[in-house]
Amino acid sequence: MRVGRGELVAGRALLVALMAITILPFISLLTTALHPSGSAPPGISWPADPQWGNFVEAFKVANMTTLLASSVWIVVAVVPLALLISTMAGFAIGLLRIPGARWLLLLFVFGLTLPFEGIITPLYFLARQIGILNTRLAIVLPLIGLFMPFGVFWMRAHFANLPSEITEAARVDGANTWDLFWRIHVPLARAPMASLGILMSIWAWNQFLLALVLVEDPTQRTMAGALGAFQGHYATDIPLLCAGTILILLPTLAVFVLFQRQVITALLQGSVKG
Amino acid sequence: MTDARLARLGRREGRRTAWFQAVRRRHVVGWLFVLPALLFYGVFVLQPLALTIEYSFYRWDGVGPATWVGLTNYVAVLSEPKLVETLFNGFRLVIFFSLIPVGLGLVTASVIQRVARGRLGTVSRTVLFLPQVIPLVAAGIIWGRLLSLPGLVNQALSSVGLGDVTRAWLGDFDTALPAVGIIGIWVLLGFCTVLLLTGMTKIDAALYESARLDGAGWWPEFRAITIPSLRYEIAVCLTVTIIAALAAFDIVYVSTGGGPGNATAVPGIQIYILAFLERQVGLASALAVVLVILVLLVILPLQRLSRGDD
Repeated sequence: MRVGRGELVAGRALLVALMAITILPFISLLTTALHPSGSAPPGISWPADPQWGNFVEAFKVANMTTLLASSVWIVVAVVPLALLISTMAGFAIGLLRIPGARWLLLLFVFGLTLPFEGIITPLYFLARQIGILNTRLAIVLPLIGLFMPFGVFWMRAHFANLPSEITEAARVDGANTWDLFWRIHVPLARAPMASLGILMSIWAWNQFLLALVLVEDPTQRTMAGALGAFQGHYATDIPLLCAGTILILLPTLAVFVLFQRQVITALLQGSVKG
Repeated sequence: MTDARLARLGRREGRRTAWFQAVRRRHVVGWLFVLPALLFYGVFVLQPLALTIEYSFYRWDGVGPATWVGLTNYVAVLSEPKLVETLFNGFRLVIFFSLIPVGLGLVTASVIQRVARGRLGTVSRTVLFLPQVIPLVAAGIIWGRLLSLPGLVNQALSSVGLGDVTRAWLGDFDTALPAVGIIGIWVLLGFCTVLLLTGMTKIDAALYESARLDGAGWWPEFRAITIPSLRYEIAVCLTVTIIAALAAFDIVYVSTGGGPGNATAVPGIQIYILAFLERQVGLASALAVVLVILVLLVILPLQRLSRGDD
């Protein structure tokens, strides 16, 4: 494609400007975090004496070890189970095409449009009623349910696009449905399951509303929920708040950098498939 | 009929029932595969949704007995100025969370496609996508700082001689909602750009070649080829971002909490305030039902738009 010189310069300038706007907030966050605790630093300025100790301080006051453990607990409780049952459902709807599969799919897809706020109030009373309010289970159980629409939708798309020969060959060899699922289709579905697992982990880690409403103690919450509480406590100590925010961001950023391709393709395909 | 023929028929019949039984058993097993997912979805999503609808017909403080009030809560949601404004704020956010990121995303994707096919394109894709993976709460905290009085935005404005317009952007009645909107643009632009770019790489290059032969420039080409070919991706982008706008919570809660006054009170925030701070569970639920219906009303026509005349 031939492109004029003017357009080349203008276009690249636009991209660089957009990237700068994306990155600058993070830089501002970092420089603010390095100012003396309790001061009110301006937008971006490198402090005369960078206080790297703020990170240690934030790590301590935010109870970071406990927070990390809590978030990991929640992710471990949610993701493997949610992944397994949405794969099973996707398999039944997309590949076995059980009677009513179309309606089931529609029912799950409806959930994709449902704002969490639409169900948060009854979830509170429900959690209170079954006695899990203020425990991590109050986040875990609803989150598994809330991941079903996307999970089933995503895995169904994988199973619906598989050539039927694989299944037929296995049936001829006498495989029952259970074998067919575990021996043939789970190994074949490893790639979409991995993407789904990464996405669910990020979403669980970043979940805020459920944590805010259903669990009062920040040390029983997700990372995002804990960050919200941290902001409430340290709203006046800006450098410390920024240092804490960076610490809480790091794991997500690390996952993104490590699994960049999977994360991007998963997020995109997730919205386009269907 | 001879005995032999009868026997043959019987065998065939027997085979057929066996086949039916196998298929039926397979269907039962199939349903067992769906059951766990359906159970979690039913208990923790559909049941609460039904309860929200039920609550919306009662006056209830969450503790004492509930009183049936019919449609009173809905009348309040659609007539009380404070609550109507909440719905309007939700739609105003659509401009920032949806229309601007999709429009700007189209331009950015087309720029990357035309002038940055190499390394710059790859890098800018990754960088622009970054805000999409951090918790929205963090985005709210970061931008809360940037838009504050001593923040980066005012620092930048002062340095180019616009010191007069500096203010606490999130604390000003006129600018709070657009300021929250800017946070949304920052978060969603990368998602839209990358999604639209993926669509663009699938457009047949020959279309552009022939347009180029006719002497079409960037804009006519963009309008006549790029946008129509991307109808599906655009619809997906709009769907995802409109839901993000109408159901916004995290960013608003952290950056303004709905204030100043009622300036950034969007439905999600208002539901939270009504249900958990003001203990008006019925009213909160009616607002939640209205929100769910509004989202569906906006989203459904978009789906038709994307597949309609393919």
